[in-house]
Amino acid sequence: MDRKIRVLVAKPGLDGHDRGAKFIARALRNAGMEVIYTGIRQSPESIVETAIQEDVDVIGLSLLSGAHNILFPKVVTLLKEKNAGDIIVMGGGVIPVEDISYLKEKGIQAVFTPGTKIGEIVDFINEKVEKRNK
Amino acid sequence: MTFPDKIVDGDIRSIARGISIVESGGIESDNLLNELYNRNCSYIIGVTGPPGAGKSSLINLLIDEFKHHFRKIAILAVDPSSPFTGGALLGDRIRMQQHAMSESVFIRSMASRGHIGGISGATKDAIKIVSAAGYDLVIVETVGVGQSEIDIVKLSDTTVLILVPGYGDEIQVMKSGIMEIGEVFVVNKSDKSGSEKLATTVKWLLKENYRNKSYLPPVILSSVTNNTGIEDIVKAVLNHKNYIEKNGIDRDKIQERIKDDINILLERKINEFIQHHLKYPENIEKWVNLVISKKSTPYEIIREIKDNMILDIREDI
Ligand SMILES: Nc1nc2c(ncn2[C@@H]2O[C@H](COP(=O)(O)OP(=O)(O)OP(=O)(O)O)[C@@H](O)[C@H]2O)c(=O)[nH]1
Ligand SMILES: [Mg+2]
Repeated sequence: MDRKIRVLVAKPGLDGHDRGAKFIARALRNAGMEVIYTGIRQSPESIVETAIQEDVDVIGLSLLSGAHNILFPKVVTLLKEKNAGDIIVMGGGVIPVEDISYLKEKGIQAVFTPGTKIGEIVDFINEKVEKRNK
Repeated sequence: MTFPDKIVDGDIRSIARGISIVESGGIESDNLLNELYNRNCSYIIGVTGPPGAGKSSLINLLIDEFKHHFRKIAILAVDPSSPFTGGALLGDRIRMQQHAMSESVFIRSMASRGHIGGISGATKDAIKIVSAAGYDLVIVETVGVGQSEIDIVKLSDTTVLILVPGYGDEIQVMKSGIMEIGEVFVVNKSDKSGSEKLATTVKWLLKENYRNKSYLPPVILSSVTNNTGIEDIVKAVLNHKNYIEKNGIDRDKIQERIKDDINILLERKINEFIQHHLKYPENIEKWVNLVISKKSTPYEIIREIKDNMILDIREDI
């Protein structure tokens, strides 16, 4: 049995800067994960559909444009509607500290702000996925 | 509904799970494939060619055109796994993302997971899953490799080979052995210079290669940038489909694939059996030491092992 951790790295919203998302994607690949990268300006609907078709364990959302309080919870809601609420959602980008607890309340399981060590993200994923697959 | 039934019913989550299961292998995978074997038959197109030739971008455009001819289309896009970390960055999908919400299109990225030859070890089993789910067309995109990708030829009913100008001269085209693997040849990026010349060379080489054959692969110029040649590719694929169906080649191909499946399973069983009886690989160190200390030779060891194994199996039975 050789179950690989699969992660979708997606950028919802309108901003076109995907340097951060690509950096995360590469780092997770280097940590032995299979990473699907779908590019910029993805709607929450297409992110969720993609996550389901790709059977990912984790969705990593990256956003700089400030619409995270709407778009991140939207992804969580849509996943639940599609019976895929077990997929772990994490977020990253320029997110004010005061929004983090709101996002966690809405089901985003972790929020990583710029400067987070990549090892921390990798550990988070490994731990969560192990629990999920139990 | 049982899990296999959900796949047959077309439930997307179950199909996606099913593919993960066959990718992981093991008994769960065997059981699932056993349930779904021969459930349905789809037409399988393999798309191959060197890195960056435009395979994914072309498939993206072909999907719309194929929708006129097939009910449901599944894309299995293979990208390489890193041999060092086992991880993979799966980027084919980014070119096809406009179809993410389409009800009749299913896209799955697969990592090659150490398998060489342009596809992953589980690709043929993933095809069985989407077939069972009623996708009547399956398009497999291989890893971008330039040499003869035999694996994809076995797997697909029609293999489409994508070439681009700058690929090399005549001699390189001949050397690479790729002339033997395509049934539809595409020279993509025809918006760039050198494409006409490459197409002429390929046409000429094909005429030489297929001199006494009843099917001559067409050579099509295409450009994703200008959206040209797409309909021609679809026509050429359907033409080849027609050809193999008329000549019973499709049945031969299915037979070959079943043979392959049986061979692979048999090989695995024999290996498991032998490993169990030989206590291999636990014993390998011991055998090496016997040879190093000049107490035995590999030939003697094998003879002894064989005799002992026969006794062992007799007892077992
Ligand atoms: N000028 C031009 N560029 C093209 C054409 N088709 C594809 N491209 C570009 O070529 C690059 C590679 O395209 P892909 O579709 O990713 O190629 P691929 O063969 O799938 O690549 P791999 O899967 O990485 O082997 C992209 O930047 C495309 O935009 C074309 O017809 N003309
Ligand atoms: Mg590609």
